[in-house]
Amino acid sequence: MATVTIDGTEIEIGEGERLNGIQAARRAGVEIPHYCWHPGLSVVASCRMCLVETGTRNAETGEISMLPKLVPACQTPARDGTIFATQSEKVKHARACVEEDLLINHPIDCPICDKAGECHLQDYYFQYGQRSRRADLRPFTSRRRPVGETVTLFVDRCVMCSRCVRFTREITGSSELMIVARGNQEEIDVLPGFPLANKLSGNVVDLCPVGALGDRDFLYHQRVWFLKRHEGVCTGCSTGCSIFVEENQNHIYRLKPRENPHVNQWWMCDDGRYGFHHVHREDRLTAAERRGDDGYEAIEWHDVPDEVERVFGASRTAACVVSPHLTVEEAYLLCKLIRRRFPQAGLFLGPVPVVGEDETFPSGFTIHAEKCPNRRGVEEVIRHFAGDVATLDDLVDSRDGGLPDLVWLTGGDQQPSIDEATAARFDGVAHLVVQDLFDSPCWHRATLRLPGAAFAEREGSYVNFAGRLQSARWAVRPPQGAWVEGDLYWRLLELPGMYRARTVLDEVAQQIPCFAPAAGTVAAEGVELDVSETVRSE
Amino acid sequence: MAEFEPVLLAHIERSGSHTLDVYQSAGGYATLRRVLAEMQPHGVVEVVKSSSLRGRGGAGFPTGLKWTFLPKDHPGPIYMCINADESEPGTFNNRVLMEEDPHQMIEGAILACYATRATTAYLYLRYEYPLCLERLQAALDECYAAGLLGENILGSGYSLNIYIHRGAAAYICGEETGLIESLEGKRAWPRIKPPFPAVEGVFHKPTVINNVETLCCVKHIVERGADWFKSIGVPPDPNNPRDAGSYGPKLYCLSGHVNRPGCYEAPLGITCRELIEEFGGGVWKGRQAKAAIPGGISMGLLTADELDTPLDFSGPGKVGCLGLGTAAVVVMDETVSMVDFLYNSTRFFKHESCGQCTPCREGTGWALDMLRRIKAGRGRLVDLDLLLEIGDSIGIIPGTTICGLADGAAWPIKNAIRKFRGEFEDYIKHTNPQGYMVTDPVPLELAGAHE
Repeated sequence: MATVTIDGTEIEIGEGERLNGIQAARRAGVEIPHYCWHPGLSVVASCRMCLVETGTRNAETGEISMLPKLVPACQTPARDGTIFATQSEKVKHARACVEEDLLINHPIDCPICDKAGECHLQDYYFQYGQRSRRADLRPFTSRRRPVGETVTLFVDRCVMCSRCVRFTREITGSSELMIVARGNQEEIDVLPGFPLANKLSGNVVDLCPVGALGDRDFLYHQRVWFLKRHEGVCTGCSTGCSIFVEENQNHIYRLKPRENPHVNQWWMCDDGRYGFHHVHREDRLTAAERRGDDGYEAIEWHDVPDEVERVFGASRTAACVVSPHLTVEEAYLLCKLIRRRFPQAGLFLGPVPVVGEDETFPSGFTIHAEKCPNRRGVEEVIRHFAGDVATLDDLVDSRDGGLPDLVWLTGGDQQPSIDEATAARFDGVAHLVVQDLFDSPCWHRATLRLPGAAFAEREGSYVNFAGRLQSARWAVRPPQGAWVEGDLYWRLLELPGMYRARTVLDEVAQQIPCFAPAAGTVAAEGVELDVSETVRSE
Repeated sequence: MAEFEPVLLAHIERSGSHTLDVYQSAGGYATLRRVLAEMQPHGVVEVVKSSSLRGRGGAGFPTGLKWTFLPKDHPGPIYMCINADESEPGTFNNRVLMEEDPHQMIEGAILACYATRATTAYLYLRYEYPLCLERLQAALDECYAAGLLGENILGSGYSLNIYIHRGAAAYICGEETGLIESLEGKRAWPRIKPPFPAVEGVFHKPTVINNVETLCCVKHIVERGADWFKSIGVPPDPNNPRDAGSYGPKLYCLSGHVNRPGCYEAPLGITCRELIEEFGGGVWKGRQAKAAIPGGISMGLLTADELDTPLDFSGPGKVGCLGLGTAAVVVMDETVSMVDFLYNSTRFFKHESCGQCTPCREGTGWALDMLRRIKAGRGRLVDLDLLLEIGDSIGIIPGTTICGLADGAAWPIKNAIRKFRGEFEDYIKHTNPQGYMVTDPVPLELAGAHE
């Protein structure tokens, strides 16, 4: 174990750990300001904001010798005996100088800049900056330059930290962003004809410490201090990136990646990042309906449990299609609900959307071709109840005896997952209960229509491609008229009180052995399960 | 002063001094032949180390010691970079050496490569030296034709290739890691250190970088011995255990307001006044020297009273200059305005700052804004204090920047304002009598100062 001293506080560093001054100081509860350093990118030590004093303590004599010059904490390794001093007058003065330097040519844009409220330049000015301006004034607003479809550049706000340039070099390997010119005339730019166009492009906006890079999707939509963030999991593919869903007054404004060393490190792809607009589409289904003789008639939500009871009573056989977009808890409650009533009911995995191939970037980040978050979780639940995982194809392919009286279909994806041709196979079903977000071929054939929830409205857990279970909180309420699947199943099972995913997960952890690690508390980064890989026949 | 036999400039007066024939007729490449036949690489390192040769590129780092930083038993390849990007204002001695006696440098380079087991050398040549390019390429061609370069040199088993790589007019490419980045085809942003080039340099392989004049000295040291080298120049200060002395001959570039500007060779340690009077024929037009740059503009300024400073590695530091630098002396007579001087100097450094690190990028820009405004007659006394604050805070000496360009930018500011404060204050008071007390920021449009 190595001992490192920061401002008099000693911390221990493990054998294999490679920490720099910033990381070591964090352990001691000290935050060293920095712009250009990022744990996921190479070290350039160019912003000079993290300058600290360093020295060593002699292990035997205890004698301390400090270096006469300042060093950047980001490029100084924390070794046994290393000392960092982050609060001396020298350090404070150096920070104030860097901050002042960056503000000299910075446009006076705060009132019109998206980054206000989460801007390093603003924050460090208040914490470490000079009181008043000493350099000459040249008030101006930033030029704006297009760099791609997803990201826009406010050229003059840039502080030349080069994080965005290093991201496109090291993480995506596409190197679209570059620096042109020299000295304080330097700017970020792209080569004509080669815009920023990789699938992880939105991450450069997260990386930018100031408001130079802006998200075109979010630009001018909302002030960040109004946003509330909720821990979530992206449901765009089986990677299951940890995210924050940021909303205000029940409206989602943006998704941001959440750091998770086991899944997505600090990144998320553009499809996931910008794939939340469907939550607020005008054509969300919001009316529970029953098919009568003259078409569909609306039913009140408080009448739905009775209606479901009536449908159950009128059916002798049943099957249930569990969508891989449902959470583990919802899948469990649904299977429990159906099997309690129909012990022989068929349980089928809903369609698993696959688009293209898995795409892995030079840093190792992968966008998976499987465009659903919970196939593995749903499979384990089905396996527990039915011993075997059957898919939708098994249900609709010709069987002896035809289809059951009752088929319960769940959805939850942005696009309808069952096409017209397959949906037509359900034409003869006596009772077709459909839960989904949007109009679909199945919705048109449903005998009981129950509008369901979008990902940001669900609370629950997903198991990603690698068998890691992560729990998400709900961020916004569903529109009036839609009922979150978990809430509905809880009610139909006549369980007391409100639906709590955590309570269900405890039961799942108890009942299904592979979910045992999820008992009690699931860490923010999730927990690894030992789930079997289904051999899927093509 | 005792008669000094030129060493580095011994042959430049001869017609055709840049050709192989003339070089060899005076004994050139005899040392190389002997070394390849009789000495081991580490033997050459030892000779250079014991000579206490210090680099002539500006930093004065002991050359032999730098060579020992290369990792032992490295599988290679090991590279040599010959820093011919001579861009320090006032300096032209490398140009003279390359134009008039390129083989002297080439022989020194081959010896240095042999010593450090380098197998490829890149000669990074400043773009603005077209005659050097022509002469160097011709000299290299002659060497290849004569078996002095390429595979199995003179049958010794040692192979070496030297390639010329042309720069594109950026001062920062003279910084060793800026040079390497440029060589590799990238922006010339100096690298953070560690790792140092000896460990990770060109293409991340061990690399030695040496100045042109340094390599010429290497040739003579190996030829005549370390003791001979130490018989010239100034021994270390016995009271300072860190002083490595200032041995050997030095090319001094003298320019500015003197009767005979030029490149002169003398033992290290002659004073600035001796250089001006005995080599330069004195200040021109019967005038007096007001100030002199001691070693390239990065080193700052000597006042008229400081002209007896010895120009060796420790002299200029004692009177507040950064160091000896490239030993390029630029003389300014009493008609020169220090405000003009400082404006010119700051404009250079602001233009050349690579822009990578904040203090230099913004500091040089801010300093130039202020000097422009002062020169245009809108200065304030507080500007002088701000300029000094900038000067004291940027550089590798305080540790606030990645490379030494910032120190070079800062020193002229510090020396000019501290040594000539009265002149700056008078200028401000006379040109901006209303504003010299003002401390609030000035709107730059009103200042009337433009690019």
